[in-house]
Formats: sequence, C-alpha cells, structure tokens
Amino acid sequence: MAAALGAVALLATVWELYKAAGPAQGWSLGQTRILPRTSDLAMPHTWDMLQRLVEPITGARDAAPLWRAVLDAGAVSLGIAAVGWAIGVGVGLLIAVAMQRLRVVERAVLPLVILSQTVPLIALAPLVRSWGSRLEIGSLEWAPWMSVAVIASYLAFFPVAVGALRGLQSPSAIQTELMHAYGAGWWTTLLHLRAPAAVPHVLPALRLAAANAVIGTVVAEVATGLPGGLGRMILELANFAGSDPAKPWAPIFGAVVLGLLAAGIVTALGAGLARFRRMEASA
Amino acid sequence: MTAAAVRVTGVTRVFAGAGREVVALEDVDLTVAPGEFVSLIGPSGCGKSTLLRLIADLDAPSAGTVEVFGRPAREARLSRDYGIAFQQAGLLPWRTVRANIELPLALAGVGRGARRERADHLLDLVGLADFAGQFPDQLSGGMQQRVAIARALADEPSLLLMDEPFGALDEMTREHLQTQLLRICAENRAAVVFVTHSIPEAVFLSDRVVVMSARPGRVREDIAVRLDRSAVAGAGLDSASDDLRADAGFFAHVARVRAALHGTPSLAVAGDTVAEDAVRGGAA
Amino acid sequence: MSGPAAARGPGRSAVRSGLAATLPPVALLGFLLLGWHLAVTLGDVPAFVLPGPVDIAANLRELAGPVTGAALVTGRNAAVGLVVGAVLGIGLAVLSSALRPADRLAAPVVTALAVVPIVALAPVLYSMYGAASEQARVIVAGLAVFVPVYVNTLTGLRQVAPVHRDLMRALAASPVQVARTVTVPTALPFVFTGLRMASSLAVISAIVAEYFGGPRSGIGSFITTAAAGSDYAQAWAYVVGGIVVGLVFYAATAVAEHLTARRSIGASTLAGLSA
Repeated sequence: MAAALGAVALLATVWELYKAAGPAQGWSLGQTRILPRTSDLAMPHTWDMLQRLVEPITGARDAAPLWRAVLDAGAVSLGIAAVGWAIGVGVGLLIAVAMQRLRVVERAVLPLVILSQTVPLIALAPLVRSWGSRLEIGSLEWAPWMSVAVIASYLAFFPVAVGALRGLQSPSAIQTELMHAYGAGWWTTLLHLRAPAAVPHVLPALRLAAANAVIGTVVAEVATGLPGGLGRMILELANFAGSDPAKPWAPIFGAVVLGLLAAGIVTALGAGLARFRRMEASA
Repeated sequence: MTAAAVRVTGVTRVFAGAGREVVALEDVDLTVAPGEFVSLIGPSGCGKSTLLRLIADLDAPSAGTVEVFGRPAREARLSRDYGIAFQQAGLLPWRTVRANIELPLALAGVGRGARRERADHLLDLVGLADFAGQFPDQLSGGMQQRVAIARALADEPSLLLMDEPFGALDEMTREHLQTQLLRICAENRAAVVFVTHSIPEAVFLSDRVVVMSARPGRVREDIAVRLDRSAVAGAGLDSASDDLRADAGFFAHVARVRAALHGTPSLAVAGDTVAEDAVRGGAA
Repeated sequence: MSGPAAARGPGRSAVRSGLAATLPPVALLGFLLLGWHLAVTLGDVPAFVLPGPVDIAANLRELAGPVTGAALVTGRNAAVGLVVGAVLGIGLAVLSSALRPADRLAAPVVTALAVVPIVALAPVLYSMYGAASEQARVIVAGLAVFVPVYVNTLTGLRQVAPVHRDLMRALAASPVQVARTVTVPTALPFVFTGLRMASSLAVISAIVAEYFGGPRSGIGSFITTAAAGSDYAQAWAYVVGGIVVGLVFYAATAVAEHLTARRSIGASTLAGLSA
C-alpha cells in the first residue's frame, strides 16, 4: 500500500517536474514530436485535475459535481462489464471443459482460440453498433448495451478458456490414475479432481477476464457510441481539452478506478477458495 | 476352491515405440493367493511396474488374461476390489488428511457417518490421528506416504497394489514404514502385490519374491521366503524388525534373491539350503 | 506455426505430426467460413449484421490500395510501440531484479496498468501531442506492450535455479559470465512469451486508440468511417486488413523466438499465453 502511494507520488512528481522544466512545444526529432508540450492546455497541473473533480460538471446553477457524473457513468460501465464478464467466463469454461474432454476438440479449437486473440477482432466493434435496435432474436429485442456486453465477453473468454484448460490438465498422472483405479467416470473425475485442481489456474484468469471485460466495455462504448457509460464520457469530455483541460482527466481516473475495482472484486470473490491453492509438498 | 487374488496367464505387453516395438512383458504367469504378500523385483525395464498396472487395469495386455478374484481386471477395478499406492503419494492438496483418506469411500457413495468411522480407524492404523485436519503440504514425505497407504486401505480391499511406495523416502523412514506395513497387512489380511527395487525390502516384507529379467520382461525365478515375522506383525515394533533384519535367515534370503537377480542359479540353490537351515535353526 | 517444426524434423513422421497439428484447426476454420457463407446466402442475414465472406473478399480486392496504406500506418504505430515498450519493459525488469526498491515501486504500477484500460488515455495524449500526431497511438501501444514484457521478463530473471547460481558461485564466475551462461538463457523463453503476447496487444491497442480521435489515417479510423456510412462490406475489408497486421506481428515474434531458442525449453504456447 505504501509502495503504491509512493509510486503514485513519483508519477505525479515526474509529471510536474517535466511540466516545469520541459520545453513549451515539447521536443521533436524531425517531424515527430517525441516529448509532449508542457502548456497548461496540454498538461494540466495534477492538483487542477483533482480540484476539477469536485467542481460542478457544467456552469449551470444546479449542475452536479464532476465526480458524481463520473461515478454514475462508472456504475453503468461496471454493470455492462459484469454481464460481459459472466458471459465470457461461462463460454470460456465450457470451451475449456470441451477441450479437456475431447482431444480432437482441443486440437481443432485451441489454435483458433489463440488466433482469435492475435487478430484484432475488437476492430469489429463499430460494426456491432448497427445491430442496435434493428436486430430481434425471438421475442428479445436487441438493446445497444447488449452489443457492448458481447464485445466485452469476447475479450473476457480467452484467458478463462486457456487458463481453465491448463488447470483441468494439471493433475498428475498418479492422481488421474487413482481416479481411474477407483472406477471414477469422467464426470466424477472432473468434479473431484480436475475442477479443484484448476482453481489456482482459473483465479488469475478470472481476474484477467475482469480487466479485459472493463477494457472491452470502455472501448465498445466508444466504438458503438453507447451513451451513459465511461467510454462515451471520455470521448465527450475530450472536446473540452481546449477550454477546460483538467476536465477530460476525470473519466480517465474513473476508468482506472473501474479497472482496479473489477480486478479487486474478483480477487475478493476468489479469497474463499484459498485452500484450493495449496500445493503438495514434494516428498 | 476360492479364486486366487490375482491370476496372470500368458501375459505379453508390447509398446509401440518410435520406429520399433518394445516388448515390456513376454508370456508372464503369476498367481497370488488371498492374503499372500508377493514382491516383484528386477532391474529397471523388466516390466514390474507394467505388470502391476495391468493387474490394476490401468493398462491392457497385448496378449493373455489378467484376473482379479476370478473376474477380469476391468470388472475388479470397477467394483473397487483393490487399493493402490504409488511412489508419489498423489494426495489431493486441497483436501485435509482425513478428506484424502475418505476420497475412495466418497466416490463409492459411502455415507458421511460410515466414512468418518472408517477414516478414524485408518488414521489410528497409520498413526496419524493427530494430523487428521492438516493439509498434505504440512506433512513430511513419510507422513504423506502413510496417508496414501491409509487411502489405499479405505475400501477394505482384499488386494493391495503398491508401486515402490517407499522408493522416494530416506532409509530410516522406509524401514519404519515397512514395519508398519507388515502390521497393517496382518490386521487386514489383504493380498499384496508390491513392486520394489530393494532386495532387503522385498525379503523383509514378502511371502514370495518374484525376480524378473529385462528385455523382454520375464519371470526369472519365484522365491518363497520363510521368515518368522510374527513378532513384527503383531505389535509393529521397530526393535522386533531390527532383530529380524539382523537374522541369519534374512541374510540368506537376501543373498539368494541377489543371486537370482544376477542370474547365477547354482548359488541360489546353495542359498536356499542355507536359508532353510537358518529358519530351522531359528525356530529351534 | 507448425511449418518450421515440420521442416526441422527429419523424415515422414515429422511431416505427419505437422499435418496432424495443422489439419484440425484449418478444417474447422474452413467449416466455419463455409457455414458463414451458407448462413448469409441461404439464411438471408441482413448485411448490417454480417456480410458474407464473398462480399468482403470482393471489397477487399477493390480497396486493396487504401487498405494496404491504412495497414501500413497502423502497423508502423504498433511496431514503434512494440519496440519502445519492449525495450522499456526489459530494461526496467532488469533494474527491478537487481534493485529491491525499484521492484517495490514498480510492482503496484504494473499491477494497476495490467487491469486498467490504457486506451482511455488516448484523448488526453492527443491533446498533449497535438491532434494531428500519431504519437498518442504509439504511446498507447507502447504502454500496452510494456506490461506483459516487464512481467514475463522479471519472472524469467527470477527463474534461475539455485543449483545453477551455486555452481556459478563455486566457479567464481564474473557477473557478465553469469548473465551470459545462466541468467539470459533461463530468462529468454519468458521474454519471448511476453513479446508474443505483446505483439498482438500492440496491434489491437494501435487500432483501438484510433477510435478515440486523432488523424484519419489508420485501420481503426477507416473502419469507424465506413461503419458510420453504413458501408459494412467496406468496413469488413478494413477489419481483414487489421487481422492481417495482427497475424504478421504474431508470426514475426514467433519466428524471432524460434530463431533465438536453440533448444525447445518447454515453455509451450499455452503456458505462455495464460502466464
């Protein structure tokens, strides 16, 4: 905790020192600007960013403070990210179990799962916008926020699928042969051996999935233009960079807190599974 | 006549290696009577572990049949006729000592109360009653192996299959556990098939030592061991087993098994007479 | 991916095992593409949901020039970000493994960076560097690259087996000798695992940063424009361009890893990706 505060203080100090000592137009190598400009418009003071949070969001008389608006937007994004996370985790676990069950599924699917993350399929996000309200699946009317959740789940499923597969395959030959010797079937082995053994691999994957779901949500909100969440707010407040340079930082702080919060919640959920993280001491 | 605990008839096991086939076992016969303790010993690559795995139906023979208590090995496995222990304890790290011992019972659908009662008994048997609530990573290697043995006994099997269960332990722990195993077997009256590469261990524990040769794996000799183990098996005292290990008959059998391993049968015959003399002398 | 492995092994069995590794995913991919095509043509899927692969291919042929141009811009941003982020990541990891305070300061920052949406920084970076600059995209890519490279390198540097360290001590090896014979060979597979993860992240981050503003030059900005104009097949053509850039980056790091690793040290693809 002290180290974390120290690190934040260090970052703020570097920011202010560069702002005070750096050249006003930044530093360029040829046409490319390597170091940023240091004007108050380009780099507001850290204390201005903080102070801006407690000031009203607009000049209107009854405007709420900026932090309040960030909080509301963050709550919306967190809700969507949670849905995306849940879908991604469910799909990821199913794929992992299927890959563990059938070797041929693993051989066919795993390379594509890995491929799916090396290609920037999140580039599809702007296209998903067109689904909004024009798509109906049965009686379900497709709401725009569902598109965002789907994109978030696409980023979330990958670490879960890979981590869970590794975990399900982690029991030693002795342990699996023991279950075989007890005449335990595939389901019993999954329940008593593979699933508990997978926990240490799945927990970090779940945390990574939470972070990915938040990233996917923020990006997809920007790409699909979904109002109400943090992503859209980041884009909207960026327009104030010229007139109110501290304002765009508020939703960015919100996004940082959102990522930390999501990872923290999942870590807390995993705390109850501590005994599955024990390792057998070597004899 | 009751069925043999294990009857292996004309078993051959061929592994398809890279480019060529490896004959792990060739035309092996082995019979183990109920309650009998049989050790399999031989150089590495003689197929002793493969033979044990065939009996356990963890592997299938290329030719020949394996019967356990009169039925095919697969049926015996599915009806949980045997308990098994390996060189590594293979405990589930997220289960307590008690829960590890109860695992086979839980899988067999035994109720909670009966499971608890049986686990209490087994914990006493292996001397770990004080460690019931501990997790495997809190135990020494020898203690983990005792838990594994208790787990193998959980279902009250009439056959115990053990693949070098003491192989990874230090000599002192090893001898202590051998003594305890003799006592436990005397209480349970289970037949045991015990794979080892230690001659004194095989002689100390077994009613019969089956000596195998490598490439291809075959039974070279089947040596009956006649030692008076009643003092050891009764109370499980280390002092009694120290006496047994210092016994002339013990040494004679060790010499005979060693001669069989090195393939010098003439010496083995001489050793046999020495051993029988020693046993007679000890009994007198 | 299986190409080099198949070429290296002698005889038919290597070819056959290469084929066994490639065939299932390729067959599945072909099956998915066919299913996609059939669903679009027979199932009457509207173009705004999903245009067919044939339409996309036709558009791609038509737009080959602009798509290549956009891919080069995005690829350059990602490449510069990858190099800068990797150099920083490896350098700081070496520093952290040597200096305890550096490790203590860096640990919370890296932990936070790993779970934070780094692309959210794009708008303020655009105002810091000027809206016409590509630099914001490079920085976003570089930050995204930094995290896995730093984490994996540090893990690798800490993997040195105690027996090896003792051996080097007993041989009175100099620090340079220790680094050359033990530390670097041990850490290298981990560094490459980090780089392989980072290569994909660099491309994805460079594209996504374009959604947040800046000049209209790369893959991401053209996808947004095409989608806004309801020209879905054209947008998909740019998506394919982005996919190609991603694959090129992944393949490049995989080949570099293959050339560097003289012996396979068993750090499998799977192990690396979930690390």
